[in-house]
Amino acid sequence: MLVATNLTKEYQSGSSSLTALRDVSFSVPQGDLVAITGPSGSGKTTLLGLLAGLDTPTRGTVVLDGDDITAMSEDGRAKLRGAKVGFVFQSFQLIPALTALENVQVPLELRGERDASVRARDLLARVGLDKRGSHFPAQLSGGEQQRVAIARAFANAPRILFADEPTGNLDGATGEMIMDTVVALNRESGTTVIIVTHEQTVATRARRLIRLNDGALVEDRAA
Amino acid sequence: MHLWRSIGRLAWRESRTARRRLLLSMSSISLGVGALVAIDSFAANLTSSLREQSRALLGGDIAFAARRPFTPAADSLFDSLAKSGVRLARSTNFPSMAVVQRTGNTRLVQIRAVSAEYPLYGEITTEPAGNWSQLQTGAHALIDPSLLVALDTRVGDTITVGYARFLIAGTVKDVPGTPGIAEMIGPRVFIPARYLPETQLLQFGSTAGYEVLGKTRTPAIAEQVSRAVRPRRRALDINVRTAEQAEDNVSEAIGELAQFIGVVGLVALLLGGLGVASGVHAFVARKIDTVAILRCLGATSRQVLAVYVLQAAAMGVLGAAMGVALGVGMQFLVPIALSDVLPVDVSVRPELSAMIAGLLVGAWVALAFALRPLVALRKISPLQTLRRDADSQVLRVHWRDIPRLMVNVAIAASVVTIAVLRTGSLTDGIGMSIGAGLALALLAASAGALAWLARKGVRPRWPYVLRQGLSNLHRPANQTRPVILALGFGAFLVTTLYVVQSSLLERFSLGVGSSSANVVFFDVQQDQSEGVDSIVRAGAQRVVQQAPVVVMRVSSINGVAATDDRIEQTPDGPRARWALRREYRSTFRDTLVSSERLISGRWDAATRAASDTSAISVEQDLARDLKLKLGDVITWDVQGVPVTTRITSLRSVNWNRFEPNFFIVFRPEALAAAPIQYIMTARTADGAQTARLQRAVVSRFPNVSSIDLSLIQSTIGKILERVTVAVRFLALFSLAMAVPVLISAVAGSRRDRVREGVLLKTLGATRAQVARIMLAEYAALGVLGSATGLLLAYVAGWAITRFVFDTEFTPAIGPSLGIAGLMIGMTVTIGLLAGREVFRETAMTALRSD
Repeated sequence: MLVATNLTKEYQSGSSSLTALRDVSFSVPQGDLVAITGPSGSGKTTLLGLLAGLDTPTRGTVVLDGDDITAMSEDGRAKLRGAKVGFVFQSFQLIPALTALENVQVPLELRGERDASVRARDLLARVGLDKRGSHFPAQLSGGEQQRVAIARAFANAPRILFADEPTGNLDGATGEMIMDTVVALNRESGTTVIIVTHEQTVATRARRLIRLNDGALVEDRAA
Repeated sequence: MHLWRSIGRLAWRESRTARRRLLLSMSSISLGVGALVAIDSFAANLTSSLREQSRALLGGDIAFAARRPFTPAADSLFDSLAKSGVRLARSTNFPSMAVVQRTGNTRLVQIRAVSAEYPLYGEITTEPAGNWSQLQTGAHALIDPSLLVALDTRVGDTITVGYARFLIAGTVKDVPGTPGIAEMIGPRVFIPARYLPETQLLQFGSTAGYEVLGKTRTPAIAEQVSRAVRPRRRALDINVRTAEQAEDNVSEAIGELAQFIGVVGLVALLLGGLGVASGVHAFVARKIDTVAILRCLGATSRQVLAVYVLQAAAMGVLGAAMGVALGVGMQFLVPIALSDVLPVDVSVRPELSAMIAGLLVGAWVALAFALRPLVALRKISPLQTLRRDADSQVLRVHWRDIPRLMVNVAIAASVVTIAVLRTGSLTDGIGMSIGAGLALALLAASAGALAWLARKGVRPRWPYVLRQGLSNLHRPANQTRPVILALGFGAFLVTTLYVVQSSLLERFSLGVGSSSANVVFFDVQQDQSEGVDSIVRAGAQRVVQQAPVVVMRVSSINGVAATDDRIEQTPDGPRARWALRREYRSTFRDTLVSSERLISGRWDAATRAASDTSAISVEQDLARDLKLKLGDVITWDVQGVPVTTRITSLRSVNWNRFEPNFFIVFRPEALAAAPIQYIMTARTADGAQTARLQRAVVSRFPNVSSIDLSLIQSTIGKILERVTVAVRFLALFSLAMAVPVLISAVAGSRRDRVREGVLLKTLGATRAQVARIMLAEYAALGVLGSATGLLLAYVAGWAITRFVFDTEFTPAIGPSLGIAGLMIGMTVTIGLLAGREVFRETAMTALRSD
């Protein structure tokens, strides 16, 4: 369960302030698949950052699985992310010095889990990359990199997955395949998925649609 | 525990792409560590070699020395020692002229008249081999090889010393306990002691050293004898030393030298630390994305810091280990370079303690300096995965950030601790750290000034490439400060070495050049002065100066006898022993000469009018060492006759002038009845005339010694040449040190520069324009860095020449500008090389990877 209440984010630039997000409130039940859409500059990425605890709001609260993450310290939020949150980014954000397998292992290693490599291998197999584990990100295609990122995002069996334009850097067919994987994992593991996208084809795969405009929530409906 | 193993594994894997780069940064520390390890290991090698060879160094287990023939009481002491089983050897040493009969050539030499038992320890090797045993079989001489050339003689010739003749039986190759350079300063002639009387050279008042060496069954016996004799040494008029004490003296001198050179190593380490900080800063900038991802994946700031501290620590240890290897290599070279000035043969072996200390100090300094940029990693927000800010903005750390402050304190404390440990003195260590800190602060301030000038001074009408290049000096992510620090510090070190060296060289060349005489005669007896004078005139040369010399010792000061222990103590501190016990060769006159200056009191017509015949003038440094002041009363033992005097003036003396100079000047009347010798100086037209004059004087007066000043000049020249080579090596070392530091500093902003250059190319800039922009930026950095370094070097050089060497400062403008030019060239080259990707990469590749 994710609950956002009166989320507001203002940026100070010299003497003037810019409001990127104003009074946004909604809640997402466990296991839902939500798409956040809106034009460029509407506050989508800002909202994602606040919901995932990557940034702190100027006002308002975010409660994730019963924990008020806005009241936590940066390291407290990091621990919570390590335990309950997964991420998929537009530019994949794999660590270039690590192999595909090692990238998937990272969240498990950070929690000190012992069978990290066995579980990571299993996750890679689930995204169809069991043969590519020893390759470095630079040796993989865009689609393969994003599948590694998805395997990594599900490594800690997250309660919630945040995806920022997950198909933005991929061609149509590969994007479709990635979305299939995300939806299947959402269904199989009951993980809540929040996707930020401006692509209609992606938004239509969600069960619920939240639309932002100029920092305000303008639409919240079932897809 | 398992979590930490996981962190270790992550650190290892994540370092894959950065190991080489990180190691390059850490190698900045290697040269400093190398210097420290080499110096410490060599000093330890030398100390242990001294211990092994201490008896050869002294010539025996115990040595008794005197500046005049041993008293009957001392002789009876030696007899009783001999009876108790101590083996004794005698050696009498003095300077004299040596004349080769066949060629007539003359040369001032050091005569060493030795008894059959000499040497008690070690072996004197000769050419032809084994001829040392021949020495005592007749009137034979063994000479230093350099004399064969200087006197144009050969083995088998006859050499005259005083009134005695000796057959040259061979040359000495190695004499235990004396450095090779001794031969250069005073070439030696060994003769059997029993022929000494035949030379007729040891007259009353001659300058000679008398030595009795003893070989005891155990070193403990030597110590016992030394302890028993010590209280009686004034009455016996002898000095006593054991092998252990001789070893301590040399060790102490070597220790001081090692400490001085160690300071250079310390500065190298500090400069290396700055290089590490710059390099790691660049490394950290490349890691922003990875850290942001790790933060997203749940890594805490401590875990992130641990990953990169582990990487830096491992590479720091590796960099320090490289330094240790380098130091061990250098350690093997040092004895080769110093073989001429060392009194013992040094056996080189790796010193584990020096290596471990170097490794620990190097790794710690590398880590401490690396931590400064590393603490910024804690502040990287996971939000950077979604929205990436400029590197400089992401890595900005407030100056009040507690961990950063703690790191700063740790760095300062480490520098001070290492400095104090190395200099062995709290004040020196703190002083040195403050000095280094001030130099860095000045360099940082000048970097700030350059950035300010670039902001305010750039004019719109200037060509675009120049404006763009100079503006890079103040824009965000500029490299002005690290480059100026590295460059300025390097220029500072190298230039300081050069200006100090050239000031010292200037001092010696002035000293010889300004003398109006070029040949000196000494030990001229009272009845010989007219004869020498007439020989000089007969050769159409002139006597420049003739100074009477009277030999004396201190008998009492202010009523306290020299034999009384209380004489050493004064309310102002202890009097220097050497000055109390030495033999003084004083003169008398009632005017000052050109090399002297009156500091206090009077030495003029008024003193003369007062007809105060007891007045004396004392040289100011001697007065300081003896704690003497105006009005103090000194009674002198003038060869048995007490002469009481009162200090009425203090003088400064320029000892560098090759003229007869004296510690004590008496009124003429005071020494009228004393036995007098003369020092005479003369001027000749050339070397041939000098040689003829020396031959003429020595053939008539064999006891009169003479020195050709041009020979001294060339000897000093040869010694200075070695100093110059050593300084060049140190300068080259400093320069080599600046290179990795400079590379690290430039690397800090390399990515920004490449990105910017590629963008400019996209917008239509040609390669030449991009190159000129970079040239303008690096040339400006080079000029200001070198200029600030030069300024600092002049201040340091002036202080060192003034306060350490007590001499005039000579700004070596030519070499300084040369060094500055070299540093500017180096900066531009490194800058352009670092940015060469701009020329290689297409605009598309760079923009895509961005």
